[in-house]
Amino acid sequence: MSPDDTGAATLSRKDFQSDQEVRWCPGCGDYSVLTAVQLLMPDLGVKPEDTVFVSGIGCSSRFPYYMNTYGIHSIHGRAPAIATGVALARPDLSVWVITGDGDGLSIGGNHLIHSLRRNVNLTILLFNNQIYGLTKGQYSPTSEVGKVTKSSPFGSLDYPFNPISVALGAEATFVARTHDMDRKHMQETFRRAHEHRGSAFVEIYQNCNVFNDGAFEQILAKEKRPEMLIELRHGEPIRFGPDGSHGVVLNEFGEAEVVDVADVGEDALLVHDDSRPDPSLAFALSRLADQPTTPTPVGVFRAVHRPVYEDLAQQQLASAQERSGPGDLRTLIESGSVWEVG
Amino acid sequence: MAKTIEQREQVVIRFAGDSGDGMQLVGDRITDVSAVFGNDLATLPNFPAEIRAPAGTIAGVSSFQVHFADFDILTPGDVPNLLVAMNPAALKANLGDVPPGASIIANVDSFEDRNLEKAGYAANPLEDGTLEPYRVYPVPMTSLTLEATKEVGAKPRDAERSKNFFALGLISWMYTRPVDPTVDWIEERFGSKAMVRDANLAAFKAGYHFGETAELFDHPFEIQPAQLAPGKYRNITGNLALAFGLIAASQQSKLPIVYASYPITPASDILHELSKHKNFGVRTAQAEDEIGAIGMAVGAAFAGQLGVTATSGPGLDLKAETLGLAVSLELPLVLVDVQRGGPSTGLPTKTEQSDLLLAVYGRHGEAPLPVIAASSPSGCFDAAFEAVRIAVKYRTPVILLSDGYLANSAEPWRLPDADGFPDISIPFATEPNHDGEFWPYLRDPETLARPWAIPGTPGLMHRIGGLEKADGTGNVDYEPANHDFMVRIRAAKIAGIANDIPPVEVDDPDDASVLVLGWGSTWGQIKAALRHLRESGKAVAHAHVMHLNPFPANLGEVLGRYEQVLIPEMNLGQLARLVRAEFLVGVVSMTQVKGIPFKASEIQAKILEMIDS
Repeated sequence: MSPDDTGAATLSRKDFQSDQEVRWCPGCGDYSVLTAVQLLMPDLGVKPEDTVFVSGIGCSSRFPYYMNTYGIHSIHGRAPAIATGVALARPDLSVWVITGDGDGLSIGGNHLIHSLRRNVNLTILLFNNQIYGLTKGQYSPTSEVGKVTKSSPFGSLDYPFNPISVALGAEATFVARTHDMDRKHMQETFRRAHEHRGSAFVEIYQNCNVFNDGAFEQILAKEKRPEMLIELRHGEPIRFGPDGSHGVVLNEFGEAEVVDVADVGEDALLVHDDSRPDPSLAFALSRLADQPTTPTPVGVFRAVHRPVYEDLAQQQLASAQERSGPGDLRTLIESGSVWEVG
Repeated sequence: MAKTIEQREQVVIRFAGDSGDGMQLVGDRITDVSAVFGNDLATLPNFPAEIRAPAGTIAGVSSFQVHFADFDILTPGDVPNLLVAMNPAALKANLGDVPPGASIIANVDSFEDRNLEKAGYAANPLEDGTLEPYRVYPVPMTSLTLEATKEVGAKPRDAERSKNFFALGLISWMYTRPVDPTVDWIEERFGSKAMVRDANLAAFKAGYHFGETAELFDHPFEIQPAQLAPGKYRNITGNLALAFGLIAASQQSKLPIVYASYPITPASDILHELSKHKNFGVRTAQAEDEIGAIGMAVGAAFAGQLGVTATSGPGLDLKAETLGLAVSLELPLVLVDVQRGGPSTGLPTKTEQSDLLLAVYGRHGEAPLPVIAASSPSGCFDAAFEAVRIAVKYRTPVILLSDGYLANSAEPWRLPDADGFPDISIPFATEPNHDGEFWPYLRDPETLARPWAIPGTPGLMHRIGGLEKADGTGNVDYEPANHDFMVRIRAAKIAGIANDIPPVEVDDPDDASVLVLGWGSTWGQIKAALRHLRESGKAVAHAHVMHLNPFPANLGEVLGRYEQVLIPEMNLGQLARLVRAEFLVGVVSMTQVKGIPFKASEIQAKILEMIDS
């Protein structure tokens, strides 16, 4: 098929931009995610009319309004369930979920984990800014313990979720992390997530410059990145640092540890394999950093194949029709014991 | 020796035993053979929420009442003519409903000390005169079953479980029920387990022959077939009829069903039934929770299919927020609420009509939506079809109210002509509708419904959400005047449906001054009460509303024609409250929340009191 037949190759960023004024705070990390997605969409080979963005509530959930696709800005936490309905009804569509740390991991945690385990064909972008922004600054389920906010003047007591660990625990088949300071990395990650058949979960470290400014500064400041970001690349030894001087090994308990390559030798380094059916390796990597203050892995943790929910549902429909023929109302109504009164 | 047969017009039998005794199965069998025999019938299953409450206790008693007759009947009967009590607890739990002079068959084997004690009997009621007012037939069902199944070779513990088939055999003889359908059924149902099949067959036949040969019973009874309207019939429960109605509506609206629900009594059977019919293109999903279920239905609606979810009271509470979203999105959606006793977990297996106000009003903001109620088991088919018609035509969520009684009760259903269902499909939007643009909230001037443009349609991409939208464009808009307009136009859309539903019919042949206004499952009991009153020369009128929001356009005028209006309902007066508020009329509210339907005699007495006042 030539590019002209799909029409997709001739599209540009403009085709995916809606006419609505973008209304995030100036300097918000959401802008760079939106730009990354709008620029990427024309390359994905999907038409705007075949694309649906579903979001919940929160700053990031305004995202669908700015995409010239089909979209639902729904209610708090429910986007994965609503998107599951879209995908179940229409496996032909490209369905994206836009959510945040509060929306996806607090009020909507249940829908998120269940869509992941079902492996619905959704691309889920979770904007993690470790704060409730739209309600003006309360601690979120990813905020660090002791965080002082309007709702926690003496420090928050709640132990935070690690979103990557949660997704892996929920049997997600694709799990990745990226951040709002690197468009290329975001686009590479989003592209792989989109190409993955099944639920693809992407955590995006996103700065809220009004209520939680600098939350990721210790790892994302330009000068810090070489030292603090551990880029996961499938099939390659896990190394980082300005000159590749650091690396990751598995210790005797199967836990991932940061080491100096000089101490252990290159051969001892862990070679990343995102295709392992068992999620243990990915989980160990997800535990390398509790909070974005120590060297933190980014990239694809896990990408494995498992049957897709709506494909299986479709197969059941097809085999039922093969077995019983297309449904016939008369046959249905007259099933069971029928008698006639003359 | 052949005994003479006494003709009866009708009988009400109640089978009662432990939850594990198979009473529902026996009831179902008698129901099926009576239907095929040609009687009219109605049933009332009644079982505990616990799967197996401790054996022998009152809490564990399960019962099944069946009423069959040679005329068209309206209810499962107020009181049984015959109670079959498999143990002392079953007797104790049900005796209060048995009128003096009625018959009781008791499994005398189970009336021993331990069971008597569990039921709270200090002495054996079969011997201490408690049952003097009744005709009591003590039958050693357990030992006769064991004796009969000896040849089959089943262990006594297994063989004893066939005693419900002994009871079934005995009742089949007593009421001259055809034997062959039950024999065939046992052979088919238990065909893969030869020993169970043979034990059940042996017990069934032993029960039948016991009736014939024992000197206990004078003679059997016969209830002739009823003169029902010509046509094809089958037995149907409310939940089954509801599932069929949804499928029919899906076919006639040309919208495949996406049915998402979370298991909840008494609605789960709808999910079970629909999941069998995937050849109709029905997709079923068991969601992670009630909210997820309605979320999936909303998503399916946005994608251009028929999103349906079902639940009971606790689930309706949970779905409220998403219903509000559907009101705002203006997408078609059907939510079935099979009501049960509340509040909270309440009475999971018992019936009630106490979700009416929740259905009509239970959302934040001004969030009106149509509410429809089914009034008989087979009527659930028509109600489901109507709910889909309105949802699709007006792009609105619709709540369809059923209840635990309708859900599980069975009655003969005269089958509709499968070719006669109306086409209820509507066209999707395919073209821009405003100067080359697509405006998702540009309304049809007649119905006020907005266009339904589905993903995959080029040029009609649009975003909708729970934030207030500008009239026409659908863009987010917080302007005061726009919000005021949008709230009012959403309300006007729903109110306008009153012009698209049939006027309420009044059954009033005698120019009465008292009107009984009903809704939902009280239909049969009200009609039965009216029948008795009219037979004794009393004039009384009846109107039954299927559409509870909006009401039929003529309801106010109808109410104004009567000096007195009685509203019986299984809540504390919810329709009465709605009617008073809407029409400023005085009504008499008659209420009951016992988890069981009204007795027709209770409604009858109340009407008489009003007529005589």
